[in-house]
Amino acid sequence: MSQITVQGGQEVVGVARIEGPILVVEGAANVSYDEVVEIQDARGQLRRGRVLEVGQGFAVVQVFAGSTGLSIDGTRVRFLGGTLRIPVAEEMLGRIFDGLGSPIDGGPEPLTDVYRDVNGQPINPTARIYPRDYIQTGISTIDGVNTLLRGQKLPLFSGAGMPHDQLAAQIVRQSTLGKVAGAPPTEGEEFAIVFAAMGVKNDVAEYFRKSFTESGALTRVTMFLNLADDPPVERVVTPRAALTLAEYLAYDLDKHVLVVLTDMTNYGEALRQISNVRGEVPSRKGYPGYLYSDLASLYERTGRIRTSKGSITQIPILTMPNDDMTHPMPDLTGYITEGQIVLGRELYYAGIYPPVTVLPSLSRLMKDGIGKNRTRDDHPRWGAQLYAAYARTQDVRALASVIGEEELSDVDQKYLKFGRAFEREFVNQAFTENRTIERTLEIGWNLLSMLPKKELTRVTLDEIAQYYKGDDAAN
Amino acid sequence: MSDQVGTITWISGPVVRARGSKFVGMLELVEVGDERLVGEVIGLKGDQMTVQVYEETSGMQTGAPVYGTGLPLSVELGPGLIQSIYDGVQRPLPLIEEAMGSFINRGARFDSISREKKWKYIPKVKIGDAVQGGSVLGVAMETDTFEHRVMLNPDDSGVITWVASAGDYTVTDPIAKLRMGKEEKTITMMQRWPVRRPRPFKNRRGANIPLITGQRILDTFFPVAKGGAAGIPGPFGSGKTVTQHSIAKWADAEVIVYIGCGERGNEMTEVLQEFPHLVDPRSGRPLMERTVLIANTSNMPVAAREASIYTGITIAEYYRDMGYHVALMADSTSRWAEALREVSGRLEEMPAEEGYPAYLAGRLAEFYERAGYVDNLNGTQGSVSVVGAVSPPGGDFSEPVTQHTKRFIRCFWALDKSLASARHFPAINWLDSYSEYLEDVGAWWLEKTGKDWLTMRNRAMELLSEEARLSQIVKLVGPDALPYTERMVLETSRLIREGLLQQNATDSVDAYSSVEKQIRLLELALYFHERGMAIVKRGAPIHLIHDLPVVDMFIRAKSSITNEEMHKFDELKKQIDQQMGQLDAEYRS
Ligand SMILES: Nc1ncnc2c1ncn2[C@@H]1O[C@H](COP(=O)(O)OP(=O)(O)O)[C@@H](O)[C@H]1O
Ligand SMILES: [Mg+2]
Repeated sequence: MSQITVQGGQEVVGVARIEGPILVVEGAANVSYDEVVEIQDARGQLRRGRVLEVGQGFAVVQVFAGSTGLSIDGTRVRFLGGTLRIPVAEEMLGRIFDGLGSPIDGGPEPLTDVYRDVNGQPINPTARIYPRDYIQTGISTIDGVNTLLRGQKLPLFSGAGMPHDQLAAQIVRQSTLGKVAGAPPTEGEEFAIVFAAMGVKNDVAEYFRKSFTESGALTRVTMFLNLADDPPVERVVTPRAALTLAEYLAYDLDKHVLVVLTDMTNYGEALRQISNVRGEVPSRKGYPGYLYSDLASLYERTGRIRTSKGSITQIPILTMPNDDMTHPMPDLTGYITEGQIVLGRELYYAGIYPPVTVLPSLSRLMKDGIGKNRTRDDHPRWGAQLYAAYARTQDVRALASVIGEEELSDVDQKYLKFGRAFEREFVNQAFTENRTIERTLEIGWNLLSMLPKKELTRVTLDEIAQYYKGDDAAN
Repeated sequence: MSDQVGTITWISGPVVRARGSKFVGMLELVEVGDERLVGEVIGLKGDQMTVQVYEETSGMQTGAPVYGTGLPLSVELGPGLIQSIYDGVQRPLPLIEEAMGSFINRGARFDSISREKKWKYIPKVKIGDAVQGGSVLGVAMETDTFEHRVMLNPDDSGVITWVASAGDYTVTDPIAKLRMGKEEKTITMMQRWPVRRPRPFKNRRGANIPLITGQRILDTFFPVAKGGAAGIPGPFGSGKTVTQHSIAKWADAEVIVYIGCGERGNEMTEVLQEFPHLVDPRSGRPLMERTVLIANTSNMPVAAREASIYTGITIAEYYRDMGYHVALMADSTSRWAEALREVSGRLEEMPAEEGYPAYLAGRLAEFYERAGYVDNLNGTQGSVSVVGAVSPPGGDFSEPVTQHTKRFIRCFWALDKSLASARHFPAINWLDSYSEYLEDVGAWWLEKTGKDWLTMRNRAMELLSEEARLSQIVKLVGPDALPYTERMVLETSRLIREGLLQQNATDSVDAYSSVEKQIRLLELALYFHERGMAIVKRGAPIHLIHDLPVVDMFIRAKSSITNEEMHKFDELKKQIDQQMGQLDAEYRS
């Protein structure tokens, strides 16, 4: 508990009510809304909490570690007079902390006198710089058709058992500042990485730690871990602690920071639990009405600001309950984030890695980071064409399943072939394969060349003349 | 300076209770806590008042004071609004940044419109003139080309006793004096107006002039009238914001009020960085010179989000009162409804559907009612058109906000996830959308283009719904089972979908389609159909039509023919004639 700087404060002995992770404390005067408290159980053990509601002579307190072992009479609550703050320092890179920001790697407390409120403050829209620099992740389904930009928030929507952790690890390992197609790569544009785990199993955290170690990134990674067997309520703080450090690294120290948050679904669970215990009016599926605002207060801590060279890029990971994209967690996330990368079971079972289902995936910022002088002139139209063709493939597949493949028209047969090749050659790539943007564009054109020119109405005639490699006569 | 009227007794997020209800009025603006955060009284009961606070309440304590102001939540109106960007309670964001840096801190208090800036003012009244509420007293140039008409507050009237001579004045300098009964009142260019009270007008007029947006699926297929109200619901990523931005850029309104209500910061930044560099196709001036932005993003305080809608529409009405056509975009009204829900939840009010308060429908109605084409108090005519985005959870249109919105709008642009997935943009589903303004605006099209737009539009819709029916059959048995005449419907429908309905907002040519271009495309598509039908009826196989080079030319015309090159449509028509003429001749014999 050593990193709480606020000293003193009033102490109340005994609490009026305990319900789940919530305490009602009576008899304290001048408690502030959102104030941090320190709770001591009968055995003298300390845990932390925060004030959710204050009234005359009472305060409602949320205990991060949960209330197990607390008693009505034996509990002491000390009000610490300020909101929850964590220390931030460059030397936190390479270190591991718990979900509230205390070191758990055996190392010392970070040596710093910079403490920041974990809630952060909203970025003034006039202070932002609109993201325009793309990140080359080396993954075709991202770089090619759902381009990620520095300062973007782009979640992975996945489901239990699918390789979202591998994909996130591959993104983290391969990401570099994007270059115009054909330009030589440059060194030293590395990201600092802030990783926050909420309620995931220890092997997930271990998988990431190993992956960071193997790629030599460990010294530029800070991990905040709230694992499956850690107190659920603490999860509400974990991403905030991580983002507080990320903001310091990006906006005070000018670093480019990649933040990976996993698993946001567990975060949502924790919020729901607290809300239910408090008896709040639920909106959908028992989630509180403020879920959208709460998620926004995390996701909007992404971006670039004019007074700094750094940036924060967020890759939240969500496992969708029942693979249902309309579930409140992916749904509200999708409303806030700047697109989504969706993993699909069908592709996964077909042995495709990464199993990115292209059609529901989206990068809203892509249009601003690609094209002439950024990637290549044809890129935007090429991407739209691939999408349109692959969407058509889905219709053709549906038709084929009714009337049989042989009955399809010549053109439809070609779409069917295109679709298969698209999945095997464009979507599918090795976990270790790092494709350049020009390679991704080339694969795309090879695939489009399987279709008659006449079908390619999204690209220009000049682009067809330049890049189309098919034998249109045969088509 | 305000007096202490109460003492805080309870705090939960943006909602605060305080003792002292006798000393404030309902909807009065109050200052809360030692930091004097701005709030509004939303409930009075016993000796308690309930206040929604427009700023973050972290750190606030019970026992802290509440100060009264005696005034309702109001906006400042006068020259200087245009090109501004405000938060939900009209605090200027650039000044907040200047004073506090990149992050929004609490307790910022700034004038909404500059007290220092001088405006070139020319009086339009003289001593002895009797003036009414809304009367134009003079004009000030708000930009190089935009004339700001300085009006008397709607609640005032009297006889002019003094007039400032033409010259440069600030918004607080006297520009006239007015005798009202026994009182003499000094008038400045600025007035305040309570945001929750609609500004008065003389009477409503019919809405029969379309708001031209340059978006083909809107103007040609589902037009909204000036003074009308439209809703644009859609799941995430389907195109609500891009469509709203397109309307803000290209609509033929004189003033645009854009409200970013509980949405992304980056989207507001995009507008801020893009609009000053985009040129209004009509005035030739930067788009920013007709735009007022309200940005209360998703991470900004939720009570101020609730207010942002009212702040925006009051500013819109103010310009309407000057005799201008104003278009207001609200992205997203669902986030506003959620703000209502959040505050209501903290008050432990009885929820109706999905946790929303029972008064949701009433609030939505009040908001959309403030749209209209009106005769102003001063005899001019003006309009406020409202386009509200709706973000239904899970994309399910049966939810309360979408359903209630439908009752108060007359134009429904239904976005469709599967169209967006296939990158058919705008992903507005032509079968689920509707406009109740079709008949009203038909005459305008006839006069403007000399063409029977409505008949053509309806014919195109017929083809599209026929296509939908035929597609069901194709899905079951494949296209080969259909007769050529029906296959022809599919061919033309594809032309309409890809050549007309699809419109790429990021393509410099395609982003904005003039009315002429729209009607030419529509006409040619139908012409193609008519000729094609004649040919297939003579027994020509459909693939001959499908393979005509003109099909490709037509689909590309939207981005290859600019708004200035209408003659190229004659060329396109010639191509249809030539290529189809040949086929026609072959199968005639
Ligand atoms: N008319 C359009 N032209 C081109 N792209 C579009 C168009 N409408 C939508 N899009 C694409 O769809 C994405 C999502 O649109 P957006 O308006 O942000 O969705 P919403 O506001 O409904 O969540 C955009 O980033 C853009 O890539
Ligand atoms: Mg949007």
